[in-house]
Amino acid sequence: MDFIKTIVELFEDKVEVIEGMDYPTFKVKKEDFLSVVTSLKTSEVLEFTFLIDLTAVEYDEYFEAVYHLMNLSNKQIIRLKVQLDKNNPSIASLTRLYKAADLQEKETYDLMGINYEGHEGLKRVLCPDDFEGHPLRKDYVMPDRGSK
Amino acid sequence: MSEEIKEITTQEFKLNMGPQHPSTHGVYRAILTMDGEYIVDVENVMGYLHRGMEKIAENRSYTKFIPYTDRLDYLAAALNNWAYVGVVEKLMQIEVPERAEYMRVILGELQRIASHLVYTASFAIDLSGWTAWLYMFRDREKILDLFEMATGARLTLNSMRIGGMPSEFPPEFFPALEKLLDELPGCFEEYDGIITGNEIFQARTKNIGVMDVDTIINYGLGGPNLRASGLKYDLRKDMPYSVYDRFDFEVPVGEIGDCFDRYLVRMQEMRQSTRIIRQALEQMPEGPIMAKVPKVIKPPKGEAYYHIEGAKGWLGFYLVSDGSTNPYRLHIHSPSFVSLGAFPEMARGGNVQDLVSVIASIDIVLGEVDR
Repeated sequence: MDFIKTIVELFEDKVEVIEGMDYPTFKVKKEDFLSVVTSLKTSEVLEFTFLIDLTAVEYDEYFEAVYHLMNLSNKQIIRLKVQLDKNNPSIASLTRLYKAADLQEKETYDLMGINYEGHEGLKRVLCPDDFEGHPLRKDYVMPDRGSK
Repeated sequence: MSEEIKEITTQEFKLNMGPQHPSTHGVYRAILTMDGEYIVDVENVMGYLHRGMEKIAENRSYTKFIPYTDRLDYLAAALNNWAYVGVVEKLMQIEVPERAEYMRVILGELQRIASHLVYTASFAIDLSGWTAWLYMFRDREKILDLFEMATGARLTLNSMRIGGMPSEFPPEFFPALEKLLDELPGCFEEYDGIITGNEIFQARTKNIGVMDVDTIINYGLGGPNLRASGLKYDLRKDMPYSVYDRFDFEVPVGEIGDCFDRYLVRMQEMRQSTRIIRQALEQMPEGPIMAKVPKVIKPPKGEAYYHIEGAKGWLGFYLVSDGSTNPYRLHIHSPSFVSLGAFPEMARGGNVQDLVSVIASIDIVLGEVDR
């Protein structure tokens, strides 16, 4: 597919193609992430203007932020994956590029505890404000509600 | 406004709306910052119905999670089932038998009509059109009867399995469906007469909550809300899944993206859905309805994203498997949640009665927002 080649040529060593996925998948370094997404959105040949979905997954050694972007006119979908530190997972916020990121970053912060740098007003959205912990983390234990 | 009135300094104040409020369509709360009658800002407060669906999925086997998807968007259970079994099938590379695909299309499109009927009914009732409510619910009842025949349940259908369908439609299903398809066009005419042409309805929806297509895209809204703003984009047509490439149907679009356009797009979509169901009935082949799948579902290590044109927008599931019997991570991309993100900007600048019509027009279901 041509646009994969374009992306690889444009970003050279900033992106790494992961083979064998359902959608073209690119591994991006955390420090390059914001500049890569900015070019993906604003570049005239790529135009990934639609943020389909953003989320995060916890693995044994690291967290991984996962983004699905779409080019509406060429009907292309790509996936970006960024590895984050296990102890203090944080990544640049996309709120300045996509308004869609606002609510979904809040959700991921709430449930997975990913810190989005540059997000103004990052707070819990589904759990109550005084909730402790992040329920989607693997080490989260349900608090004991007392014996029946 | 005269010069005198402009000079009066006003003080902003907060107004609470919900969580128990008839026009929030469930337990959703909005904190409105008001300047007199006009809305300066809206703060979304949600999560009252949060059940931790994504966490529940990690503790259930793949098959056991299907009934939970019914309870996401409880007005469109079949479509939720479809998106979920779709992602597992995609990861396991299961080819679903053709007959099952057609059965899914029939159930899915019936579900879309049922969901849009609740939408139009509650839209009308939110704007004090009490009579209209009964017309839509009269006809939705017939669709629910069909669901009861096909699956045994009326709302929480649990209608699909990984690899196909659990059972054939019963013999009485088809004549009842034919009868419904004959009746529906007349019903749509009735709705047009009672709602679409109504002067009060038009006055309260036209040019209200306008959002242009670029902003809608920026907010990540798919489905009818995107099309209402004028972009002809339908996953069934533009990135066909299942057997949708075999049907001939139109993709209705709006012009300016106001509340009226969002309503009109859905009204026309219902008509297109009946067309799709008719074609599906004609084309439906004989054959098996279940692919050969192992008794214990164990997808290979890997991940997949699958999304469909849901009733409220693009409903997506992101599944990560570690090769065990339970999902390692299941993320639900819910269209209602994303639509609520755009709601404050749509409501800004209007007054409270406009806000009611905006929230009715974007079509949210709180079961799906809060998951």
